[in-house]
Amino acid sequence: MDFDIFIHILIAAIAAGTPFVYAALGELITEKSGVLNLGVEGMMLVGAISGFIAMAKTGSILVAVLCGMTAGALMAGIFAVLTLTLMANQVASGLALTIFGVGMSAFLGLKYTSIALPGVPEIHIPILSNIPVVGQLFFSHDMLIYCSGALFVAISWFLYKSKSGLILRGIGEAPKSAHALGYNVIKIRYMAVLFGGAMAGLGGTYLSIAYTPMWVEGMVAGRGWVSLALVVFATWRPARVMLGAYLFGAITIAQFHIQGFGIDIPAQLLSMLPYVATIVVLVFISRDQNTIRLNSPASLGITYHPNVQ
Amino acid sequence: MTSMKKHVLSVFILLACVAGFTLSASAEDKLKVGFVYISPVGDAGWTYQHDLGRLELEKNLGDKIVTKYIESVPEGPEAERVIRDLAKSGHDLIFTTSFGYMNPTLKVAKMFPKKYFEHSTGYKTTKNVGTYMCRFYEGRYLTGIVAGKMTKSNTLGYVAAFPIPEVIRGINAFTLGAKSVNPDIQVKVIWVNSWFDPGKEREASEALITQGADVITHHTDSTAPTLTAEEKGVYSIAYHSDMSKYGPKAHLTAATHVYGDFYTKTTQAVLDNTWKSDAVWSGIKEGSIELAPMNPVVPADVVALVEKTTKAIADGSFHPFQGPVKDQSGKVVVEAGKSLTDKDLLGMSYYVEGVLGKIPK
Amino acid sequence: MLLKIEPRSEPSKTMKYMSPLIAAILMLISGLIIFTLLGKNPVEAFHAFFIEPVNDLYGIGELFIKASPLMLIGTGLAIGFRASIWNIGAEGQLAVGALFGGYIAIIFNDSNSFFILPLMILAGAAGGIVWASIPAFLKTVFNANEILVSLMLNYVAILLLALLVHGPLRDPDGYGFPQSVLFADSAILPILIEGTRFHAGVLVACAGVVIGWIFLLKSFTGFQIQVAGLAQKAASYAGFQYKKLIWIGLLSGGVTAGIAGVLEIAGPIGQLLPSVSPGYGYAAIIVAFVGRLHPGGIFLSSLLMALLYLGGESGQMNLDLPAAVTGIFQGLLLFYLLAADFLINYRIRITTPQQEAI
Repeated sequence: MDFDIFIHILIAAIAAGTPFVYAALGELITEKSGVLNLGVEGMMLVGAISGFIAMAKTGSILVAVLCGMTAGALMAGIFAVLTLTLMANQVASGLALTIFGVGMSAFLGLKYTSIALPGVPEIHIPILSNIPVVGQLFFSHDMLIYCSGALFVAISWFLYKSKSGLILRGIGEAPKSAHALGYNVIKIRYMAVLFGGAMAGLGGTYLSIAYTPMWVEGMVAGRGWVSLALVVFATWRPARVMLGAYLFGAITIAQFHIQGFGIDIPAQLLSMLPYVATIVVLVFISRDQNTIRLNSPASLGITYHPNVQ
Repeated sequence: MTSMKKHVLSVFILLACVAGFTLSASAEDKLKVGFVYISPVGDAGWTYQHDLGRLELEKNLGDKIVTKYIESVPEGPEAERVIRDLAKSGHDLIFTTSFGYMNPTLKVAKMFPKKYFEHSTGYKTTKNVGTYMCRFYEGRYLTGIVAGKMTKSNTLGYVAAFPIPEVIRGINAFTLGAKSVNPDIQVKVIWVNSWFDPGKEREASEALITQGADVITHHTDSTAPTLTAEEKGVYSIAYHSDMSKYGPKAHLTAATHVYGDFYTKTTQAVLDNTWKSDAVWSGIKEGSIELAPMNPVVPADVVALVEKTTKAIADGSFHPFQGPVKDQSGKVVVEAGKSLTDKDLLGMSYYVEGVLGKIPK
Repeated sequence: MLLKIEPRSEPSKTMKYMSPLIAAILMLISGLIIFTLLGKNPVEAFHAFFIEPVNDLYGIGELFIKASPLMLIGTGLAIGFRASIWNIGAEGQLAVGALFGGYIAIIFNDSNSFFILPLMILAGAAGGIVWASIPAFLKTVFNANEILVSLMLNYVAILLLALLVHGPLRDPDGYGFPQSVLFADSAILPILIEGTRFHAGVLVACAGVVIGWIFLLKSFTGFQIQVAGLAQKAASYAGFQYKKLIWIGLLSGGVTAGIAGVLEIAGPIGQLLPSVSPGYGYAAIIVAFVGRLHPGGIFLSSLLMALLYLGGESGQMNLDLPAAVTGIFQGLLLFYLLAADFLINYRIRITTPQQEAI
């Protein structure tokens, strides 16, 4: 494999990984607050069609992004009411949200399957994009990819440097103590869940207006589930989410290249690779109980309400 | 007053009955034709082509028939129920349009011996089950000629779904077509293991383009390969449907399959009581295979060559798998002066010379 | 005016029965709105969705064959869920079960022994166990999160099945198409009601529900599971082996999913295909929760879920409703059911700020 192809795999991996970056960073915030939302796939789909419709109607990337985020957040809102206010089980509610989202997106998109969108132009940052290799890798993408980078920086800062981030993590660790200290656990969890939904919606919008600018039913094709896995893969750390998203993208792209070179490995085996890799990494990082305990939000998936218990 | 009211009422009831009777009578008179689709109709792709055929059937015979389609029917137990429900609700002719519907169709046909079934792409027929399929490979060969002429890198990219004979046949025909005008050609194949996943189709197309392919074609269902080719500034040849609006510059042409004629003829045969179970394999000659309009960048001599070959295939003077054909190892699989039989074509499980890689086993 | 949530001192018996009813009423109201917006007569639409599919014996048979994998897997999963073991991998365990069972059917294709079917079911159970023991092993030994491992293994299992059906298990006379030979009659579950597809596997599934019921509510292990689910610490104080519960919780789902896979291929499918389940493994999770993790409730909720699937097809057939409406409908009903359960354990009191002040 020559160097050019290696670079290409990396560049393609960044684009392929971007929907995961959005959805998984959003889910990361949700999970840090102690809530597990398995409905990412459904939220991404509704986000994808909403962003697509907005783009088709207005032609504005900004409006499309806002619509996709709003739609994702609305979906997450249903989940939040169910699990936070009505204390329904999070696993079941998340799965129901996905079923609903698959149907809802297909329904909203009935009239939009025949529209071709121009896509999102690449922006080559002057000077920087001329640097060999680095310029290609980091400074020659579309706007939404740069935004995902900015989101990563913002989330890292928020979680580890801001007071609000500390509170959020505290709530994920011990909602009871946070409540006793006077924080409104439910309100903060609502915000975290809505943020997660907005980011999933944005990830979906990226797929439908930039990555493959079109709408077809079920186009998210399992990326929501992978995003969920990436959060655990990353032991709930934003930097590792990024690494995981790009790694997953790279493995997917690399297996296509392996095929293109005519190397004789069954395609199904290659397709298994990303999933097996996730399990292996998961095992590797979980082996040490402390790593998980330090990073995994202790109250993840457990229903909590201050008026109860 | 009351008698007057009663009178009016009875007239109304009578009218309603008459109206109801005539309505139901006219609905009874019409032949009900059912279609079972594997995916939503959408705007391009396999199911879309079948639905175009259904619409043309309605246009042609609309006064004598009504049609109904059920979309997104998974292969397996669901299919059997849907087909049965169609038969039970009075559909006398049912088209099932995916390979995995073969055994469900046969099972239901056994239960309804008086109804007619047509299964697309299968190989089992019975008294009341016929099969139909297009000679997709003929269109593939023609597009191969276009690709072979238009490539500068001599590398063509093929995004494929699953290694079944139908897909392999397409890859081989495409390769033979390209080699017929450009012997140095090589075809790179990437299997995405999905009929439909725009993301993966894009990623596979990109990988092919990076590895030097400057014409991309696909045997998958979405418009993603064409979109990707447009974005990366290479050419694309679409499959199933004309996808030119998704890549006005990239889209050279498309190998499409057309069912309107077949659906109309078959339905007419049922109306005339002349339907017979048959395994129809129709191609250019019958108007089942067509190329989408050529992109203006394709030079006139190439268009002329394609037209000439089209005519030759139609009148039987040329067969895309006409010998000598060599497989990858260089072994002659079709000797000079011979061409492959339909049976050999149906079970094709090797690559011809010029295709890179091995068929997944 | 304020809405105040209060826990009930004990779960309300009335609400236990009322909550599904409330969910159904909410569903009817939303259905009314959706169908009116779509320009369909709501009465006809409801008829098409809920009556039409089951207005004959065949339809009722279909309801049961669609519900049986859901009830069987749902029961198996509920055992794990009660102990807070989250097995999301039933879809993959089903595929591997079908693979194992199907392999038996394929190698003994020319035998008409009576023992083929029991052997297939055993093999299917073994397949489900093998696949479910991966997350169990990784969880007990390496502490790996079972939700993620079992979820990832779904993809691996489905690809594995596809790989083998595209290759070695393919029908040699099938023109290379990815499907196995049709099973011999000895490997097909007998039809119990003439003119329907109601096969013996439905009884196997029902038996599975009953066994699950006895295990969960009458056995000591079942009791341990309940306690562990309520309080993990309390369970370990009481000397229960949490690791043992992890194994039981995951394998119960694996066994049932594996058997359900065999019931599908030996039942309505009759051969091995690259894909053997339209998402039963995921749907069963919802069935388990809507049935409140109780085998009796799961039985009922599986029938409801099955009816929603059939209704979606019937809506397409009779009213030209888009297939997408089914998903919306299913989702809404599940939301309502999950939400209405709230009323079992809590009550909402309306208070005014003044009262609050006092």
